[in-house]
Amino acid sequence: MTTTLDAPPPLPQPNMLQSFGQWLRQPGFLTASPVLIFFLIGFVGPLVIVLGFSFVPERTFGFHGDWTVDNYVHIVSESYYISFLWSFGLAAATVACCLLISYPVSYGLARVFGRWAAPVMLILVIPLFVSENVRLFGWYLVLLKGGGILAGSAKALFGVETGTLLYSPGTILMGMVYVYLPYTLFPTMLGLSLVPRDQMDAASDLGANRWQIFREVELPIAMPGILIGSLLTFVLAVGAISEAKLLGGANIVVVAHAILHEFTYAQNWPLGSAISMFAIAITGVLVIIVMRRLDLDRLLGRK
Amino acid sequence: MAEGEPILRIENVTKQFGKLSAVNDVSLDIVDGEFFTIVGPSGSGKTTLLRMLAGLDKPSVGDVILRGKRVNDVPANKRPTCMVFQSLALFNHRTVGQNIEFSLKMRGVSRAARRERCMELMNVVRLQEDYYAKGVTKCSGGERQRVALARALASDPDIMFFDEPLSAIDYQLRKLLEVELKDLHRETGKTFVYITHSLEEAMVMSDRIGIMQAGCLIQIGSPDEIYTQPLNKFVSEFMGEVNTLPVKAGANGKFDCADLGTQLAGPASANGSDSGYLVIRPESMRFLDDPAEADNHVKGSLFNEYAMGSRVQYHVRAGTQMLVVEKLREQAYKGQINDDVMIGWDVKDSVLVSD
Repeated sequence: MTTTLDAPPPLPQPNMLQSFGQWLRQPGFLTASPVLIFFLIGFVGPLVIVLGFSFVPERTFGFHGDWTVDNYVHIVSESYYISFLWSFGLAAATVACCLLISYPVSYGLARVFGRWAAPVMLILVIPLFVSENVRLFGWYLVLLKGGGILAGSAKALFGVETGTLLYSPGTILMGMVYVYLPYTLFPTMLGLSLVPRDQMDAASDLGANRWQIFREVELPIAMPGILIGSLLTFVLAVGAISEAKLLGGANIVVVAHAILHEFTYAQNWPLGSAISMFAIAITGVLVIIVMRRLDLDRLLGRK
Repeated sequence: MAEGEPILRIENVTKQFGKLSAVNDVSLDIVDGEFFTIVGPSGSGKTTLLRMLAGLDKPSVGDVILRGKRVNDVPANKRPTCMVFQSLALFNHRTVGQNIEFSLKMRGVSRAARRERCMELMNVVRLQEDYYAKGVTKCSGGERQRVALARALASDPDIMFFDEPLSAIDYQLRKLLEVELKDLHRETGKTFVYITHSLEEAMVMSDRIGIMQAGCLIQIGSPDEIYTQPLNKFVSEFMGEVNTLPVKAGANGKFDCADLGTQLAGPASANGSDSGYLVIRPESMRFLDDPAEADNHVKGSLFNEYAMGSRVQYHVRAGTQMLVVEKLREQAYKGQINDDVMIGWDVKDSVLVSD
């Protein structure tokens, strides 16, 4: 004997306001709200002020209602765009170099090193305990002309007089790769460790050679990690300043350096603000393009 | 079914991980076109053995010979064999169609030809055509099984390996897929090598069964042979619920059974040893009204009864043993729990095995 159940009565549909109120009362929203408020006051607020300043006349320090786009015109007309080319060029090169180094190292950490993975990881992490500026200054001392560790050793040991590697784009790039490598390395490693061993076995069993396994299985599955790592590195590298100042001298003025210069030495806040907004806009567009390709839910394992 | 050319032969194969021998000196001939199943509990080395057959691992010692050629050093991607993995190992970032066509794409088959073959395979494994562009993560458990099967079949391999693909599936679907797999074996005529920890599953599908215990292949035979002539206590108990009574040779050519406190008539020992286990299947046991109705009889009390659909199972406490009796539902015992009952069996229904 089976009994049939009547269909339950339809639930009353809440109106928009009610459902928004319910959304606000979710535990997730409540726990996130302190951070949200902090972000609004500490990040969005100042950013809006900077945005406002980028539209006031040069060398003024207040909002008087006379808006202008001259500051943005100056970026192009007064060759500030060269700073942009340097910053974005160096950032792109940094990401490329970091990826070239990270992939094999991550692969080793995830698959080959076994019980040696932990010590290797420790070696990679320990330098992070020292401030970036101190580490870069270390390089400066190594590369310094005449009295530098490199040049000095060459002279003392072999009697050779050498020039310096400082103040060249290559040295800046080396410094940036050195500083930002962990930001590429760890997400890449996470991405690679998501590749299931048996999917690689299956690909091999189905006739794929090493290169095909890499292209068809490893790379697509590890891609979110690789993309996030590249993105982090790129965004940080675009805003880099110490590398260029310490290792590049005054030869190369990167965007962050230009902004610093306008806000302090030149006392031209509007131009500094315009350069900032321009940098944020370009970086933002690039980030959005990359994020659109990313499925964060899948990456965080929520499917 | 054991006649014919061996398509795959392994000779004295051992696989060591550190000091542990996961597979220990195993030799086996697999005949072209047969359905061979390796059965063993987890940790018995069956997956390791299969991985060596498929070329995913190399034997530490011994040879794997495929159609007369030694293939120890031929990697999996160069062997005409394909495997269905326990986890299925589907490419979750790809669609059903891309999964099935994978091996064809690796071989440089054109897009149109791949698609045609894929449709043919989806038909064989009974997947609807509109699943072609569906992501595999959106498929149900049974559908994923079918995708994995079609993917392994795509390159038309000579031998198909199965690493417990049905172990994570619910009972009803498993029964259905077991039958479908056996039908597929018949339709394709390929050699199937299957591993499972369920002897029941092996019985349904296989032409021959090999039983693995602690890295060794201890018994090979047809399902019938394994069922009626288990090599030892391990094999007999592996088949499901059986009655195993420890016995010693006693007076009058009978066996003494201390657990039941009685003498039992048993078959002649195959290896001449005078002690071992008397194995009686539950369905060979029956309730007796009179001791003369069977060669052996035991008195006990009915502990409990269990309805199992078409059959009913009874546990009867006798001596220090709990004996299992199984009857068809129509022939069920009519009585009460705690009844004093007499059960018995004939000598021809019992086997004497070693430890």
